[in-house]
Amino acid sequence: MFEGVPLSWFLVLSTIMFFVGVYGFLVRKNLITMLMSIELILNSVCINFVAFNKILYPDHMEGMFFTIFIIAVAAAEASVAIAIIINIYRRISNIDVEKMNEMKY
Amino acid sequence: MFLLFSAVIVIFSILTVTSRRILRAATFLLFVLVSTAGLYFLLRYNYLAAIQLIVYAGGIVVLIIFSILLTSHIAEKLPTAGLLKKWPAALVALAGATLCITVILQHNFPGSIGNTELVSVTDIGNSLINYGKYGYALPFEVISVLLLAAMIGAIVLAKKRKD
Repeated sequence: MFEGVPLSWFLVLSTIMFFVGVYGFLVRKNLITMLMSIELILNSVCINFVAFNKILYPDHMEGMFFTIFIIAVAAAEASVAIAIIINIYRRISNIDVEKMNEMKY
Repeated sequence: MFLLFSAVIVIFSILTVTSRRILRAATFLLFVLVSTAGLYFLLRYNYLAAIQLIVYAGGIVVLIIFSILLTSHIAEKLPTAGLLKKWPAALVALAGATLCITVILQHNFPGSIGNTELVSVTDIGNSLINYGKYGYALPFEVISVLLLAAMIGAIVLAKKRKD
């Protein structure tokens, strides 16, 4: 049911997803929604890796391993970012980027 | 099937960045991630799809929803961004997307999906502990150290201070 889909369709899909993520990152002010935009961007890169691997080099597994590592890095990044966000919320009771103008420890 | 999944991905990712209720945005992000896992299943990367479902859809989205519940009121609507901010961002995104899509469509990639054999988990495990050619022992160890560091860092950052 899936044979015959060319590589460029996957690339167009991940391009659209990537730039939607970029738009969200530029427009949003809330820190958590910016984090969600970053997740979108990382996910589109994962789709790229997997499609290249499956269509151009179906006998190798490099793209799949890099996708696994990207997912692990994304998990680490999300956990640390959410810890920072909760810490900021505890300090200034707000998570808007525009309200954060002091970086003192 | 591909068109269905990609339509779901595109529509819900746009909704993710434009929805004004933050909890709904997280739910739309969950839909995007689950349909990406569906794409992986269709590409016959079952192990990768399982990881996507467990880590992304299971772990990260739950973490995001928890932090939303901790830091904002559910009924509260996010303020819309001003036009002065929205238009340049939309312009940047549209320009980049059109540039990339034109380049992609002009280039002639060889082949399409023909080989649909399943990658076995045994092969994946053997590659992860192999340090020769096509082996990923070093990135595997680096990732494990990174996860440990992230775990300790998150605990230290989110801990309550004494003062």
